[in-house]
Amino acid sequence: MLVLIGVLLVIVGFAIRLNPLVVVTVAGIVTALLGGLNPLQILEAFGSGFASSRSVTIFVAVLPVVGIIEYFGLQEQAKTLIGKLAKLTAGRVLLGYLAVRQITAAVGLNSIGGHAQTVRPLVFPMAEGAALRRYGHVPEHIKERIKGHSAAADNVGVFFGEDVFVAVGSILLITTFVDTTYHLHLEPLQLALWAIPTAIAAFLIHGFRLLRLDKQLDREYAELEKAEPATAGEAK
Amino acid sequence: MINVEAVYWLIGILFIAWAVLIVRDANHPRRWGSSAFWGLLGLCFFYGTWVQAGTAPGWILGIAVLVLVALAATRQLADGRAKTSTGEQREAFAARFGNKLFIPALTLPVVTVLLVLLAPVLTIGKTPILDPKNTTLVALAIGAIVAAVVALVILRPKHPLTPVFESRRILESIGWAALLPQMLSTLGILFTKAGVGTAVSTLVTGVMPKGSLLAAVIVYCVGLFVFTVLMGNGFAAFPIMTAAIGWPVLVQQFHGNPAIVFAIGMLAGFCGTLCTPMAANFNLVPSALLEMKNKYGVITAQLGTAFPLLVVNTALMYFLAF
Repeated sequence: MLVLIGVLLVIVGFAIRLNPLVVVTVAGIVTALLGGLNPLQILEAFGSGFASSRSVTIFVAVLPVVGIIEYFGLQEQAKTLIGKLAKLTAGRVLLGYLAVRQITAAVGLNSIGGHAQTVRPLVFPMAEGAALRRYGHVPEHIKERIKGHSAAADNVGVFFGEDVFVAVGSILLITTFVDTTYHLHLEPLQLALWAIPTAIAAFLIHGFRLLRLDKQLDREYAELEKAEPATAGEAK
Repeated sequence: MINVEAVYWLIGILFIAWAVLIVRDANHPRRWGSSAFWGLLGLCFFYGTWVQAGTAPGWILGIAVLVLVALAATRQLADGRAKTSTGEQREAFAARFGNKLFIPALTLPVVTVLLVLLAPVLTIGKTPILDPKNTTLVALAIGAIVAAVVALVILRPKHPLTPVFESRRILESIGWAALLPQMLSTLGILFTKAGVGTAVSTLVTGVMPKGSLLAAVIVYCVGLFVFTVLMGNGFAAFPIMTAAIGWPVLVQQFHGNPAIVFAIGMLAGFCGTLCTPMAANFNLVPSALLEMKNKYGVITAQLGTAFPLLVVNTALMYFLAF
């Protein structure tokens, strides 16, 4: 039970908003010491952990192309393009992206999007452009909300789409673990089929929330307008 | 064969190039510290190749990683806010290039997906061209290079290294958060080694009332959720909770359909991934990438989906698997 102190350190550290890098490193060292590793083994663990997890930093490789197209105004162009489509709202843009992301992931194409390659250069500017067209201005706190929801649409789409595809990591993890540990023989296809009800539920729940986001924004802008003449009145 | 290590070397070269740009920037608020951080990180990507192969000692890399953390913790790292095009210039460029700007943006996913799909037939003799164990990573890296070249050809910037200059700006706005996903994955390994998994599953099974199917389903799903929140991914949570409850109680005792129990169980874990800063690559790197004020803004946007979906998963398992 003592090893759970490491987990506690992480929770407390994140809660009081210390630098996460420090929190994670300290928690790792403490957990390793409690688990009986000596200092050399701890250094070894940090080294081999870094070496074997280099794949998660792959997003760095797409930054050069994203950087140059941003320099030449891709985000502005994405906003302009969306601005021409009168029926699009921030919520509907994100709903469309959620659908595309989930369907493509379900057929195994989950490398088609991502936070660095699509959300920052395309999806967020489009959602922001739709809000700009509808309301005329996008204050900082609303921009922040749209950013959060842009990244969220990507995550929800991939998480609950990819499991419908048979050859994805999580499905293969289940079959290898269960087959070797319990001597079952599970077909990846069976697991993928039973991921479909959750995939549909995820789309309905998240899609509903995105449409509600539009209504919330309508209300917030209405309140902003009410508040502004009032302050203008005070200034006199 | 294009090995995944080549991809890591490409990333290493980029980090070192950015470090050189930073050290040459006299206006940078933390020129030396920032340059040291990114340069050392780049070297770690090269050295990691031999650690991974088992031909170089891992503890040296361990020291380097701790130095990186120390540099970040002592605020040696800062955003140099590299110069870029102004708002008006961007509007003008956008008006000039119009929808041509989307071509490089779309080249990246199209090339990546094509390479992934064609990988099985792309062979020289019998040797595959793309590393078969890491096809997606290699394909994405090639897609990124092709897209950058396409961008250079279409947009014709004054300097051919514009993609490198501009990506330095994005990298510096992400800052130390770029290292976080790898550190969290190391923490996950240390947690597992030290037996955090077994400790948590003892706790969870301790609170479960015996003999109730509904209670067992709830404890399995919620357990996977909580465990994923703590460990940062469902892959670490799944084997432990399945060994504690999924297999012995749900499948053996209550005769649940194993495919349904395990498929939905994993998805209950994914609901946890939506809620945790431990899943930094999904939740914290994007907020840094989008330059959000609130680091936890992505998680906030996801909570309203994660909790109802956990309830749905629990209900689906209860009604479909038994």
